[in-house]
Order: sequence, then C-alpha cells, then structure tokens
Amino acid sequence: MIISVASGKGGTGKTLVATSMALSLKDKGKVQLLDCDVEEPNAHIFIKPVLIRKEAVSIPIPKVDETRCNYCGKCAEVCAYNAIAVIKEKVLVFPELCHGCGACSYLCPEAAISEEGKEIGLVEIGSSNGMEFVHGKLNVGEAMAPPVIRKVKEHINPKRTVIVDVSPGTSCPVVESIKGSDFCLLVTEPTPFGLSDLVLAVEVARKLKVPCGVVINRTGLGDGKVDDYCYGEGIPILLTIPLDSGIAYLYSRGTPLVEGIPKWKETFLQLFSNIKEIVDGRDSQD
Amino acid sequence: MKEIVVLSGKGGTGKTSIVGSFAVLAQGKVLADCDVDAADLHLLLKPSVKEETEFWSGQVAVIDEEKCTQCGLCQEVCRFEAIDDFKVDSISCEGCSFCYHVCPAEAITMKESLSGNWFVSETRYGSLVHARLGIAQENSGKLVAVVRQKAKQIAENQGIDYIITDGPPGIGCPVISSLSGASLALLVAEPTLSGIHDLDRVIDVCHHFDIPATVCINKYDINEQNSCQIENYCLGQGVEVAAKIPFDNVVTEALIRGLPVVEYSQNKVTQEIKTLWQEVYRSVGSPKKILNRG
Repeated sequence: MIISVASGKGGTGKTLVATSMALSLKDKGKVQLLDCDVEEPNAHIFIKPVLIRKEAVSIPIPKVDETRCNYCGKCAEVCAYNAIAVIKEKVLVFPELCHGCGACSYLCPEAAISEEGKEIGLVEIGSSNGMEFVHGKLNVGEAMAPPVIRKVKEHINPKRTVIVDVSPGTSCPVVESIKGSDFCLLVTEPTPFGLSDLVLAVEVARKLKVPCGVVINRTGLGDGKVDDYCYGEGIPILLTIPLDSGIAYLYSRGTPLVEGIPKWKETFLQLFSNIKEIVDGRDSQD
Repeated sequence: MKEIVVLSGKGGTGKTSIVGSFAVLAQGKVLADCDVDAADLHLLLKPSVKEETEFWSGQVAVIDEEKCTQCGLCQEVCRFEAIDDFKVDSISCEGCSFCYHVCPAEAITMKESLSGNWFVSETRYGSLVHARLGIAQENSGKLVAVVRQKAKQIAENQGIDYIITDGPPGIGCPVISSLSGASLALLVAEPTLSGIHDLDRVIDVCHHFDIPATVCINKYDINEQNSCQIENYCLGQGVEVAAKIPFDNVVTEALIRGLPVVEYSQNKVTQEIKTLWQEVYRSVGSPKKILNRG
C-alpha cells in the first residue's frame, strides 16, 4: 500500500505526520519512507538514515553534431519548449528549457542530434533501523522537480508499506508525487489559509482518483471551518494534533514526535489502521 | 522600480502574513501574489477583481480513435508515460508533441489547454495582481512570469516605485520565475532544523541568480538556540538578519479575522514587522536619486 502525505499549504506538518507514521509502523511491519519533496527535503533530519547509495538524476538534452547538421530547422520546429533554435548556420540549445522529450533527436532528418545527460539532481538511498529510506534532491538553480520525483518513485518497494512525503502546492511536483498512491493524507491547519489550500489539495486528489482523508494540525489555534468543510464534503478527519509548544520544540530539534512523546505511536498506528480499512473497503467494492 | 520578493524555501514560515503587513506599511506599491499554486494573499487583502484573464498555456495531445491504427508508436516514444491503451492521460502529458509528429496515421492533434486565470484587483492597500493555476496544471513558472509582468506594467503606468511579491515555497520552477531579476529577496526562516536546512538551499538559489538577500527569523523564540545558529550562519554567508519576530497567537487571530496582523494588534510582533519593513526599505534602496540635503 502506498500512502502519500500532502497538504497544499506549506508548513502544516506533512513531514511530522509522514515520519511519525513511518516510525510507528516500522516495529510492526516492513516500511519504506520516500521523501518526494525534492526541492526542500527534510524527512532525513528526523529519520537520520544511513545513506548507502547515490544516483545522479539527469535529463537527456540534445547534442548537435555540426558536421552532420544542415541547419534545416526541423529540430526547432518540433520543439514545444523553444529549447533549440537554428539561427543561420548555428544551432543553439537552451538546456534549462529542455524537458528531455527526445523529439528533436528522433526527428532530425540528418541524424545529427544525439542526447547527453544533464544532471539536475540526485537520489539517495539508505535505511534507518530496518526502515528503507529514499529521498531526492533537486540541484540548486534547476527548475524541474518531476524527473527527480520520478526517479525517487522508481525505488518503490511493493512488498512494503510505502509512505510518501510530498511537497506543498498543487502543481506538477505534487501530482507526480501523489500519482499511483492508494491513499492521500492531507495535512492542514484550522486557519483560512489552511482551509483555502486544503480545498485545492482535495481537488488534486480527486482529479487523480486517489481517496483522501484529513489530518488537522495545531487544533485549538484557529476556527472550525476546516471541520465544517470536511463534514460537508464527506472527507474523513482521521487525526487531530493539538497546538502544543512541546510538539513544536521537538520538531524544531529534529526529534521525531513518536520518540519524544512515545504515547503518540499508538495514535499513529490507529491512523494507519483507519487508512487501511478505507483502502481495503474500496478494494473489496471493486 | 524596485521589486521585493518574499521567499522561504520551507512552506508555512509566514511569508503571506508578512506580505499582508507590508501591504499596510508600504506607501506606493503594487502587490503581486506569485504563489500561483496555492495563493492566499487575497484572503488578507480582500481584493475586488477588476480584470480577469484566462491563462492558456501549453498543449495536450488528443488521439482520434477513428483514425488510430493502434500501432503503438506514440506509446513507445512518449517519455512521460502519458499514453496507455491508445489514450492520453492529460495529467501526465507534458505537451511535447513528439507523438503528434511521429503518428503515421495522423491521428493525434495538440489542443491548447486552459491552465488557469490571473486577476488584476484593487485593495484598500493598492493594486494586487494574483492568479489561480488550474488544478494539477503545469506551467506555474510561466503564470508567475505573467503575474510579475503585469505588476510591473501597472507600476510603470501609475508611476509607482515598488513591487512587493509573495513568493511560492521551494526552490524550483515557480521560485526561479519569481526571483529572477528582482531587487531583493526577503527570506522568512523559522528556527527549526528543517527551516535551517531549507534556508540554506534558498540562500544558495539567491546566490546562484545573484539576487541580494536579507533574512527575517519568524517565531524566533520557539527555539532560541536554533535562531542563534541561523544568525551565525547568515553572518558567514554575508546575509543580514533584518528582524526576529516572536511567536504569538495574535498572528493567527488576525488571520482568522482576515486582517493583516499590523492592523489587528499593537504588540511586539507588530513592532518587529515594522522594523523589518524599515530595514527592507533601507536595503532595497531608493528607486530614484533623491536630493536629501537638510
């Protein structure tokens, strides 16, 4: 089973929930934690994994053999991203615009274009006390997170319970991370910002046809409108975490909640079994 | 014209609350919300929309079942796993047109896709340009560029000297698009190990694009030791820490009432945000040469 942990709004506690659930489950069964927030990965701060392997992530960008090129301009014509231009007797490649689709090299009538890898990030693989851990890091200055996320997800181990920590937002990196999950846990806070972004995140999950449930973090701080929304939409609220300076302090130090306050372990195991029940219930309907 | 972009790397550190307060404190500015995925500034500034424009960007492949011979070439060449069973998954399709170009049956067309909307609005504090990216859409970087361009145009037309931009979290495409060519990046950090890690990456992005940066530590008293570490780190990076804002529930209370915190309360938080604005205003410098002789 794959459970992704997303939010829309940043800083609501995705990593807190993802790491707590993974650490609670690891004594009970086989768990794998993937940190797909490749722009700002933080799960490793809490998990403290031993990283054993690194893999570079590159995207294929065109390399033009000018001895073969006759400057016909086909490559520039087919490129949907304006990443290659032909100006008189010169071909210019703009690697930062290239999506690595491969159309230019395949369609070049002179077979003058080959592809070379351009490194945009890396994936690190490791473990922490029996829990498998994988995260990705986008290189500073690079724009495209999805290829790094795809590479992280190639390491999904179907024999394990997989927990995916997702980046904030609702666009391509979030879609790439949630896609293929059996369940999406949306972490929010009871404020107007939390609600506004939760509504968007729910729409993403629905568009991807992934069932979702909500965790409300820092309850006691805001209003009850997130609850009202969830009841209205029939979205289960699976967990609430109170606003608590003790929890915030543990988080600030990189101490996992379930290690700092062990009684939370039971709560996260219950959260997992509630999710499992929802997912199994759906499967038996199919 | 001077453009101040508020970023953070890590989400939820308080960017929007700070920009909302700057909207009150700054005279003569255009506001821009470049967090187009999950825009929230409008919840504080209560804009009335004056102009709404559709954002058409990118294309999606569509296969005509009638013409398709099921040869499978499109599926073979697609690197985004967007074609399965001779159907295009519009969410995965990156609009590269490779399939369109290779299809021997000419069964594939490329359709323009509506990726969102952008708005020019009036608020009590001045003009606001904001946007809404469609759910699960691509091209957030391009939409950010449109928002910035429109904000600049308004500032130019009205002779306004400052643009204050609420930026997205992260360091990828929309952040790069928000940051390039800006006058100053204000980085809002929180004193957690995650916050420190993410600040480090976003400072690297500013260095990479050669944008001057200044830091504000929000909720500094959650962990003063970590705040100290941020200050030392910034010193080493040659980045100024312009303000340290304490944790206070008034920020959330103001948010619940839909008000910028400096309008809601007069306490230490408000004082520190005022200091921050003065520091930012000073760092960004004057847009014109002002003859200032006493």
